[in-house]
Amino acid sequence: MNKFAEQVVAEVVSNKRVGAYHHMVLSVGDLANHAKPGNFVAISVGGAGSSMVLRRAFAIYRATGRESGVGYIELVVAPHGQGSTWLTSRSAGDGVDLVGPLGTAFGIPTQPVRALLVGGGYGSAPLFGLSEVLKSRGCRVDMVLGASSAMKIYAPLEGKRSVNSLTITTDDGSTGIPGKVSDVIPELIENNQIDIIYSCGPMGMLEAITKIAVEKDVMHQCAIEESMACGIGICMTCVLPIKGEDGVIRMLRSCIDGPVVNGENVIWDSNREIPEGTWGAL
Amino acid sequence: MSFDYSASLGNTRFENPIFTASGCASSGRELSQFFDIRQLGAIVTKSIMVKPRSGRATPRMAETPSGMLNSIGLQGPGVDIFLEKDIPWLLEQNVPTVVSIAGESVEDYAVLARKMRGISGLKALEVNISCPNVENRGQVFACNSTTARAAIEAVRRNIGGELPIIAKLTPDVTNIVEIAEEVVAAGADGLALINTVLGMVIDTNTMRPKLAGKTGGLSGPAIRPVAVRAIYQVHAALPHVSILGMGGVSNGRDALELILAGASAVSIGTANFGNPSATMLVKRELEELLISKGFSSLKEAVGYAHRAEQL
Repeated sequence: MNKFAEQVVAEVVSNKRVGAYHHMVLSVGDLANHAKPGNFVAISVGGAGSSMVLRRAFAIYRATGRESGVGYIELVVAPHGQGSTWLTSRSAGDGVDLVGPLGTAFGIPTQPVRALLVGGGYGSAPLFGLSEVLKSRGCRVDMVLGASSAMKIYAPLEGKRSVNSLTITTDDGSTGIPGKVSDVIPELIENNQIDIIYSCGPMGMLEAITKIAVEKDVMHQCAIEESMACGIGICMTCVLPIKGEDGVIRMLRSCIDGPVVNGENVIWDSNREIPEGTWGAL
Repeated sequence: MSFDYSASLGNTRFENPIFTASGCASSGRELSQFFDIRQLGAIVTKSIMVKPRSGRATPRMAETPSGMLNSIGLQGPGVDIFLEKDIPWLLEQNVPTVVSIAGESVEDYAVLARKMRGISGLKALEVNISCPNVENRGQVFACNSTTARAAIEAVRRNIGGELPIIAKLTPDVTNIVEIAEEVVAAGADGLALINTVLGMVIDTNTMRPKLAGKTGGLSGPAIRPVAVRAIYQVHAALPHVSILGMGGVSNGRDALELILAGASAVSIGTANFGNPSATMLVKRELEELLISKGFSSLKEAVGYAHRAEQL
């Protein structure tokens, strides 16, 4: 459990449409000071008496304004469900019930390394803050962003400035290289002598990157996305099979033991079944 | 005049009537970051089984209108690790603790009861004989009066001492009063009403059941009228048996409804997922409501909705 997590009423400071997404700034107070790249927040949606009883989880895009008592969390929200649509229709001055920061963060190397950051759709959100941290540690940062079409690439100008190179892929070829992020990663690893991959996006993409990372013998940390009911470790719905250092597979909570995990430890191909040999399997 | 907010289940007294529901608060550690868990009437732990259990495959959850469907399958560490890690922590926090146990066989219930009898400091034992997320629906002990009785008898024989036992029942039966009478005759001191309601969601994109386990337990405000009905019926038939009520309570008004139907205390489950401090909200609001309606104690309000029938 993220020991800094607290429940606050956050005030919406701004809400702007960017392509297919909304960029939202929320005033959250001190908790912003404890937010790290990879952490997420869980927000109550629908207002009092809503029929939507569960929180929605959003990766933190950036945490800013680090004076005491003043802090902002920025989110990139895709309004594709009822809950996220409610959130993106909030206006400046509205309050939202927020719990955060939650979950694990991307591990930051102590030495300057050569990092490749890979984001799918709005999964690019936490990577820009990560890029800033890595750059401040003297790392080289290359980035790949992929989506189904140009509208769904989230790459703000200041984000682009924080990386050494940016490669874009789209399924329909409406911008960048036509194809998937996994089509361009092997060459980027070779050309830039990548030491570590950080990724965030749909599970299928993370699985594909894990395969490449294992083949190329590159470390790979990914932020997984499993549907959650609570975000704070009590509902046991967001589990997935992960192999521990002792070699034992356990059903771990992605909200507590994740969202950032080592890609090669995840059993990706379990396909609606408990993998054989999992601790406590029947 | 000061208001008496204390609650009783069997012979056990609790400072207030607001509990967590089993499976909705793990073993307390996670929620303790959001409020002082000693302010709870009691924490009811997740249901503990004899052996470690991975639970069911994912997806395990689907949100539904005013509720959710879950198919966790009792994931947990097994009783030995629970006794080594969770129980000492809970007792150290000095939080009133009710341990929930679940078995796959009558013998499992006997084993679990023997393991619990040695622990001093527990307030009660909840015997979950109604988890819907087992492979075989025939294993839901509370669906049948013979198996329900056997499980509770096994616990009664092995628990020894004074620890009250609370049998958790499912509303998915033709006559819940009959099951309630059976488990009380077998030695249950109280009843926990209700467990989740068996349901299913079909994903209209894949056109298959959304949950990997296909069926799941429905919880949340959607099932509150079912809980109120079950509590009302059982309290009418067994007015002297304590009921720990639960099912879709997320505010003080909801809790009052269950109390009026006949619950002596109320557990908060799914509401914790949407609001980690839901228990504290319910506790505050329920007390205010009871006082504003002129009750001098919680106990006066228990079953108050039945009064017209008693005239």
